[in-house]
Amino acid sequence: MTRAENKLNENDLDISVNLGGLILKNPVTVASGTFGYGMEYEDFVDISEIGGVIVKGTTLEPRSGNPIPRIVETPAGMLNAIGLENPGIDVFLRDFLPYLKEKGVTVIANIAGNTIEEYARIAAKIENSEGIAAIELNISCPNVKKGGLQFGTNPDTVKEVVEAVKRETSLPVIPKLSPNVTDIVEIAKAAKAGGADALSMINTLMGMAIDIKNKKPVLANIFGGLSGPAIKPVALRMIYQVYKEVTLPILGGGGILDYKDALEFIMAGATAVSIGTGNFVNPCLALEIVEGIKKYMVQENIKSISELVGAAVIK
Amino acid sequence: MSCMENGLVISHKKLGRDLYEIEFIAPRIAPCCQPGQFVHVKTGGTMDPLLRRPLSLYDVDEKLNSITLLYKVVGKGTELLTKIKVKENINVMGPLGKGFSLGDYKSVLLVGGGVGIAPLIYLARVLRERGCKVTVLYGAARSEELVAFDRLRSIGVELMLATMDGSAGYKGLVTELLYDKINPHDIEFIYTCGPEPMMVAVKDYADKYGIKGEVSLEENMACGVGACLGCARKLKPEDDHYVKVCKDGPVFSMADIK
Repeated sequence: MTRAENKLNENDLDISVNLGGLILKNPVTVASGTFGYGMEYEDFVDISEIGGVIVKGTTLEPRSGNPIPRIVETPAGMLNAIGLENPGIDVFLRDFLPYLKEKGVTVIANIAGNTIEEYARIAAKIENSEGIAAIELNISCPNVKKGGLQFGTNPDTVKEVVEAVKRETSLPVIPKLSPNVTDIVEIAKAAKAGGADALSMINTLMGMAIDIKNKKPVLANIFGGLSGPAIKPVALRMIYQVYKEVTLPILGGGGILDYKDALEFIMAGATAVSIGTGNFVNPCLALEIVEGIKKYMVQENIKSISELVGAAVIK
Repeated sequence: MSCMENGLVISHKKLGRDLYEIEFIAPRIAPCCQPGQFVHVKTGGTMDPLLRRPLSLYDVDEKLNSITLLYKVVGKGTELLTKIKVKENINVMGPLGKGFSLGDYKSVLLVGGGVGIAPLIYLARVLRERGCKVTVLYGAARSEELVAFDRLRSIGVELMLATMDGSAGYKGLVTELLYDKINPHDIEFIYTCGPEPMMVAVKDYADKYGIKGEVSLEENMACGVGACLGCARKLKPEDDHYVKVCKDGPVFSMADIK
């Protein structure tokens, strides 16, 4: 039988995915901190068509963020140390969420706390509002002194923070794991033990850049999170490792710039992918990747995207 | 409304040391532009550099639907940009940011330094078309860098030049001309763009004589649309919040900065 006889139509494809109870119409999301609250990109792309919009990391109280400079471009990527600048959960729920809900956007909140109790309190506020499809737990931000990364590098606190949030919400809870650990599998297992519904990975890799003229670090925060294609191989490796050892769906990302990159992540074990720094290069990237994946599926005669998840993992 | 568009390059030339002018047809972006706004330019198809470069609008031709940018080669991105040839495409997002306010003024002053003259050219043309008298103080290190001279002449402004080496116009800082040559009572509004010390001196002058004005700031950017918060900046040291240069600016009121 030749491919021509067997050819699928794009309409026959099933590209929806189930990410631990979070149903996405397609497997491509945009990563927290790279897409604002969605409306920033509205002129460029129909944000309701994106599989999911993971909005800017939100804390209990407003945060003004880190001193500047906050970003610097590096080979095949960039460092950022924004420091979770955001107006706080109350303002987000009141001023931004209703609009996204009206637009039919699949909204995934990304939350960060200074304490475990703060994570729980934010989750409770989200539980009492409508229009959020899932919660991504930011336990991996490298750019804030308290919270963020300190929760994500210790398996016991990972478990504890996931448990605390799960107690407050009926929504799928997706911890975002840090790559800045010795053993990512151990952290993933702890998240699962805490009741995580899926895993998001990876957050940025901690790095730095130096200004040789002024003999100083470029970033005011000294260190920042490295993102972009430079980190793709690391992200793929970690997703592959976790997929093999932990039976939770994975939202995978790290330097995705086209549909081929996205397929690599899916084949390494990601059920869905997130586009981060790539949005800055091309604001239409998420939807272009959806189209690219569909073409690939037609070409390869794959009816359901789920057939590709973990396809490259050697058992 | 802004969008992303592949513009067809119709002219690209070197004007002086490290200074280039590129013109491209952008039928969707050009009709939406305002002086002071910028476009976010993909300088090539590479991963290094990866990010776009924000460049302010040097001029817009409403008949041709073309956009002209003036840029200075300062690093890998702008170096790569010089390689784009006529008849090739340039990928841009725009127009972005908040441009200059266009009040109903009879007489205004523009102060531009170096490549900072770029947004003031488009502004000067639009103001002249509205019948406003435009005086321009234009400074650079040396005469070869005064690359916008011909455009300013053809727009029809009152023009005064300054160069650090004295190779054209006044020898010294362009801001020294403010006190020497400008009668503050003739000026209703001041617009400025250039090196920050220059803009600070312009603001001091404006404050001294109670003249309102606007500055156009520059900052490294990632997204260009207010999403990443990378181009944050405190307008006054005592401010407890940051503004986004890309979205809240790049043009800010002089009254808001310190």
